[in-house]
Amino acid sequence: MIAKPFALFKKDFHSELKTRYAINSLAMFIIVAISVILFSIGSETINENLTGGLFWVIIFFTAMSGLARAFVSEEERGTTLTLQLIASSSTVFSGKFIFNLILVFCVNILITLLYSVFFEKFVVQNLVLFIVTFILGNIGLASASTIIAAIIAKAGAKGTLYPVLSFPILLPLILTCVQLTLFSFDDVNFVEAQVELAIVVGYDIIMITVSYLLFEFIWKD
Amino acid sequence: MIWKIFLFILLTFVSIAGIAFPIVENPSKWYEFPIIPGLEENAKIIFFHVPTAWLTVIAFLMSTIFSFRYLKKKNPDDDAKAYSAAQLGMIFCILATVTGAVWAKFAWGQFWSWDPRQTSIFALLLIYGALFALRSSIETEDKRATLSAVYSLIAFVTVPFFVFIMPRIMKGLHPGSADDTNAGPIVDFQMNPSMQLIFFLSLTGFTILFFWMWRVGYKSIIYKERLTKQLLMPAQPVQGG
Repeated sequence: MIAKPFALFKKDFHSELKTRYAINSLAMFIIVAISVILFSIGSETINENLTGGLFWVIIFFTAMSGLARAFVSEEERGTTLTLQLIASSSTVFSGKFIFNLILVFCVNILITLLYSVFFEKFVVQNLVLFIVTFILGNIGLASASTIIAAIIAKAGAKGTLYPVLSFPILLPLILTCVQLTLFSFDDVNFVEAQVELAIVVGYDIIMITVSYLLFEFIWKD
Repeated sequence: MIWKIFLFILLTFVSIAGIAFPIVENPSKWYEFPIIPGLEENAKIIFFHVPTAWLTVIAFLMSTIFSFRYLKKKNPDDDAKAYSAAQLGMIFCILATVTGAVWAKFAWGQFWSWDPRQTSIFALLLIYGALFALRSSIETEDKRATLSAVYSLIAFVTVPFFVFIMPRIMKGLHPGSADDTNAGPIVDFQMNPSMQLIFFLSLTGFTILFFWMWRVGYKSIIYKERLTKQLLMPAQPVQGG
């Protein structure tokens, strides 16, 4: 059950290690994005709300610049047909989803580390709530962006279309995650944040299910 | 034909009644509306703003249902229906945003204040916009239909978050928000029967208008496609770009 998607993930992982395209460009993207923000705020200290919001802005745009690769690279190398022959669509989706999930986690851990170094107001009081938000947010981000990446690849790899299509889909997730991040700054306990957490959990489950079911229609045409 | 006349009379009546009937403190005649605290004279926007917002959601629902049917049966007519519903949904979405913003100017003091409702309708606008951007980027017909159907289904599952959940949990100014004391009951308790009657007549009238426009819309798309096919059939693959 898990072996086949994992084999596909390993294939993606090895081809990524060979070129290191995604890792390098994403790391550079994060550094550029954070330094642009640091240049623009200069010597001023920005408040908590803005810090929490900008954190998710960087996460969103980094995901938008990196996650489209999952299916576009297959189209570029002309390996889509082979993949269609040897693997079922659910296998392909699971494999790509695992790859994107791990990529999102690596990238966002890097963002969080850099962010906590450079931004004074990025002080997390309720660490457990922040970690839970972070994990749930990343799962939602990876699932929505994997299915949109598949649409984009079939639509002829239009780069600009990717954030346009993803943003409205990701908006409820991002808004709730920003709220939860601010809660974790203010040391709000779990009971008070349970509605927001329930929304994020619901979003993750719905998004994974829907994209898993719909992927077949995109993949087999 | 007869129901078109009926629709015309209905909408004329609703427009005149909604704009011209006075709002007084103690309504005694059938054409007088009561004062709703917090809304006052602004309450009249209900007759036009709520139906457009309602139709935005209905159009989205119709578009999703026919997208789903397209994915099941691969009938191009279903794609035309979904596309036409989305076009109308975009129009009503813009109308709801504009009427809402005008109302907000008088009730809250500014056109736009990122109230949860405004954020939600903005997100709906973005979804419609993204759908049209996706459609215009694909040349092949069945591919375009499949991908836009999949996208509108994915977008549809996020709509409950915008329409029902976000406005309930976030603080906002719109009736029905988390900290709003007169949530919901506006329609049920604070309207008098004549106001309710005109409100529901307006809702019915706009809904019939939507389904009529939708029928005209998808039929024209289907006929256009058939004509194009007939004209191009005898010729070789289209030359040039």
